[in-house]
Amino acid sequence: MTSPALEARDLEVTFPPRRGRGPARAVDGVNLTVGAGEIVALIGESGCGKSTLARALVGLIRPTAGEVRYQGTTLGYSSKALKQFRRHTQLVLQDPGGALNPKQNVFDAVAEGPRLHGLRSGLPERVHDALARAGLRPPEQFVNRYPHELSGGQQQRVVIAGALALDPSVIVADEPVASLDASVRGEILRLILDLRGSLGLSALVVSHDLGLAWNIADRVAVMYLGRIVEQGTVEEVLLRPKHPYTQALISVLPGTDAESVLLRGEPPDPTAVPGGCRFHPRCQRFAALDASDDRRTLCTGRDLPVLDADRPGVACHLADAPTHEERRESSDIS
Amino acid sequence: MSLLEVHDLNVTYGVDVQAVRGVSFSLDAGQTLGVAGESGSGKSTVALSLLRLLPSSARISGDVLLGGEDVLTMGWGRLRAVRWSEASIVFQGAMSALNPVRTIGEQIREPILLHEKVGIRAARERTAELLDSVGVPARRVGAYPHELSGGQRQRVMIAMALACRPALIIADEPTTALDVIVQAQILSLLADLVRESHISMIMISHDLSVLAETCDRLAVMYAGRIVEIGTSRQMIAEPRHPYTRALSSAFPTIGDPASRLAPSGLPGDPPDPRLVASGCPFEPRCPEAFAECSTHSVELWPAGTGRESACLKVLPGFAKASA
Repeated sequence: MTSPALEARDLEVTFPPRRGRGPARAVDGVNLTVGAGEIVALIGESGCGKSTLARALVGLIRPTAGEVRYQGTTLGYSSKALKQFRRHTQLVLQDPGGALNPKQNVFDAVAEGPRLHGLRSGLPERVHDALARAGLRPPEQFVNRYPHELSGGQQQRVVIAGALALDPSVIVADEPVASLDASVRGEILRLILDLRGSLGLSALVVSHDLGLAWNIADRVAVMYLGRIVEQGTVEEVLLRPKHPYTQALISVLPGTDAESVLLRGEPPDPTAVPGGCRFHPRCQRFAALDASDDRRTLCTGRDLPVLDADRPGVACHLADAPTHEERRESSDIS
Repeated sequence: MSLLEVHDLNVTYGVDVQAVRGVSFSLDAGQTLGVAGESGSGKSTVALSLLRLLPSSARISGDVLLGGEDVLTMGWGRLRAVRWSEASIVFQGAMSALNPVRTIGEQIREPILLHEKVGIRAARERTAELLDSVGVPARRVGAYPHELSGGQRQRVMIAMALACRPALIIADEPTTALDVIVQAQILSLLADLVRESHISMIMISHDLSVLAETCDRLAVMYAGRIVEIGTSRQMIAEPRHPYTRALSSAFPTIGDPASRLAPSGLPGDPPDPRLVASGCPFEPRCPEAFAECSTHSVELWPAGTGRESACLKVLPGFAKASA
């Protein structure tokens, strides 16, 4: 079996304490793989740590513990190793208007990566080729334009072309369509799918939009407060969600017939991760348990293990009907 | 009589940028209307012109009758009185719409003190009630905007809009940039407020599914015109304009095999707002266009009960033309 294109192993990113608060456990133990030619969607709310995880995966943040692997090799953090790695793994940011330099034309924006990597021979061909692959055809029409002369969708294509100019094997896209119009959204998503088809590109797409996962991903991982709480194929997770958090996310999508589960409150604070199951203070299923139910002590008292990367999993004490053994253990705790 | 009647509204920026081209619609008391369209379709310009909030470079013509009075011709004193107390706006991007150096309590109190003859004590009480009604704990009244989360800031914006008990709320992309769960919370808050206090609402968004969730009727705008209008149910279930169809399939239904690994988009860009084109303005991007579309001019034609569409195919003579 070939090794996955990109992999996180027991990854943790902790930011140092600030203003009297404890350290922020933004990524708190994550196993995640993106297989060769696979598109994985990483879904979660603002503040769940998904963007931090994405940045750690492209080597922009050095993890506090655990490791990032590229094609089976552990990523080193010397500047030479990082430079080599970044040719292969490219980050596409949300809000192309902010990602592009307004004083740089399209050619220079796309050529910046190759120039930094010393790929000077054949640079014009490389840039034109990348633009064409990103759907800006014919490239000659775009190279001399400036970002303000382009529509939002075209700007995002320029950002993607900048990533493609280095012939990466993986792209990590952080909310690639969040700032785009409904009509453009589908076009950019189709581009990511087409690039997988034509170049065999792997992708990790970070978003808060479950519809996006349904549109383009093979697998989906749902993140809550620094951990993956449920993962599996898109069909498994989105059609038969097992984690109450995933169920709540799906229930509030406009146009679904299911009764919406409106979670109370906002995502909690990574400087104060609740004990036991980290979702229990907002969990609708925990709230519905009888006060006498002994499973309550499981939810509030027992930490859940970190999910494995290579098989479907759910991090919830209540996801399946409790086995006899679990019952006995929980009564031991109480 | 309708609460709001807009008739033949035209807005031109500068010399020749025609942002809104002949928009007409009406809204009854207690009714909700969603306005959808992509960036540059003119939807926010329509929203702002309802309260004459456009920059001075904009030239406006047509009528905007709010409770029978024409907003576009009324004097400044009357206009100041109408803003907030008869109609108010919830802007997109609560962080930039709120004043960062004043507490949220002061900002909610300001319109109350300006518009109603009440003392500071009564205004404080009303502020606490308002915060409570939008789900922000009243003890946060002394908080500054940066101390609140995005969802809470948007709730504060809604509390401000409700402060003077207006008959109409205009919500311009109220949930853009918010997470799914917070978005659902804000939408259900707006829906409850509208239902309980019998307020009318116009909500603007590029996400048709969000609008369909909260509004009775929908209007879809393209290139400065309304291209289809009808009840939300009909518009989603059987859109009669190809552009409405494209917008509604842009956000997939999970579980729908047609959209699995097949994102749906709309190639091309909207037309230059400086140009006056002949025929249907959507024709260059329309997946269902036929020969007459580039020459035959379009207007909103009846397309069923309470339903209008600006597509040639709703006319009996053209119904089968593309087949």
